[in-house]
Amino acid sequence: MSDLTAEIVHATAQHLLIVGAAMLVATSAGIPIGIACIRNPRSGRVVLRVIDMIQTIPSLALFGFLIPLPLIGGIGIRTAIVALILYSLLPVVRNTVTGIAGVDPLIREAATALGMTERQRLVRIDLPLALPSIFGGIRIATVIAIGVATIAAAVGGGGLGTLIFRGVAMVDSTRILAGALPAAALAVAADLLFGALERLAARRLGV
Amino acid sequence: MIGSNGDDIVRDISLRIDPGQSVAVIGRSGAGKTTLLRLLNGLAEPRSGTVVIDGIPLRGSGLAERRRSIGTILQAPALFPHRTVFENVATVPRLLGWPDERIRRASEELLERLDIPFARFAGRFPRSLSGGEQQRVGIARAMVAAPPLLLCDEPFSALDPIVRRDLQDAFVALRDGGNVTLLFVTHDVAEALRVAQRIVLIEDGAIVADLPAGDFVRSAHPLIRRFLDAARIPEAS
Repeated sequence: MSDLTAEIVHATAQHLLIVGAAMLVATSAGIPIGIACIRNPRSGRVVLRVIDMIQTIPSLALFGFLIPLPLIGGIGIRTAIVALILYSLLPVVRNTVTGIAGVDPLIREAATALGMTERQRLVRIDLPLALPSIFGGIRIATVIAIGVATIAAAVGGGGLGTLIFRGVAMVDSTRILAGALPAAALAVAADLLFGALERLAARRLGV
Repeated sequence: MIGSNGDDIVRDISLRIDPGQSVAVIGRSGAGKTTLLRLLNGLAEPRSGTVVIDGIPLRGSGLAERRRSIGTILQAPALFPHRTVFENVATVPRLLGWPDERIRRASEELLERLDIPFARFAGRFPRSLSGGEQQRVGIARAMVAAPPLLLCDEPFSALDPIVRRDLQDAFVALRDGGNVTLLFVTHDVAEALRVAQRIVLIEDGAIVADLPAGDFVRSAHPLIRRFLDAARIPEAS
């Protein structure tokens, strides 16, 4: 049993690493992409549509598509992270766009009238006011990524999915649960954490 | 001088305001008052014609920087909800790079004069303020860096009559304290006469009358009479 415990700990750590790395990239790319979408609404709509379409690819198929690709593909943890980044982009980008678009136009106008440049308004007004929405996007993306990451084991990505796949193959529900329960717990924890950040940011804005 | 024609909302407007003068622009809803004001701080661009402030046309690059010396007070105070009262008021001075001590001193002094005790209000967020208090903070935010030109778009129209009167008085006192050029848009003739020495009446996007306040109340112009009658200001003999 202690063998299984060690395995769970190892797989959980690996799971966190994959999801964490993917979220780091998805967030640091997704927020600027969202800002760019707001600034150029026409090409922004195209970008959102493309990101939307990526989301509709079944996750197992996406992993499969990535395997033959050079540099970002192959078997292993890298492919897993790339796939998760692609999945996580949509909620982050979309919520950044919605958050900024939702800023009261009168407040934006006041900022302009007071003499802020576009960049100053973005940093001092738009982004802080969009923060609850952006945190909401990160929350949704993280919860999805934790779930999808279990499938990464199919392409040798490691993580908690390894236990689940092995459990399925061995028809061993203890093993399946050993992978599934920590994954579920991680998802709930992420949901609570980012939900709290979201509420904190919203409360500061009085909404 | 403002010249603008071919525009759907205002057209053939030609207006010259001397430094230090206070001008009220009155007109019915939809007459083009707000558009005129938006042209003056570059929030709207004239399709043709130019806005010239201090001899320099208002357009293109450097607009954001120039707006820092144009105080704009709008009907909705539109305070930044994520910033405290002090941070809101400090907006323009920070953009101008004033030292902290000077920002604090100027903010405190102006807020106190607007009846917003600094010690009690500085750290509060806008949502905890009443409508009148918010508009006072909005006025302070627009005026703290002592802009030589002040544009107001019905700043008091959403307030109850008593608060409104108080704020008009405080505003006039502030205006008189500095050498400010004022353009004040309102649909309220009594308010126009209280804040300005010159009244410009616009209707359907064009100037109908442009008179010193004294002549305005004596005018027999039918539209002016209708405004004055509606405000129950009897014809001066």
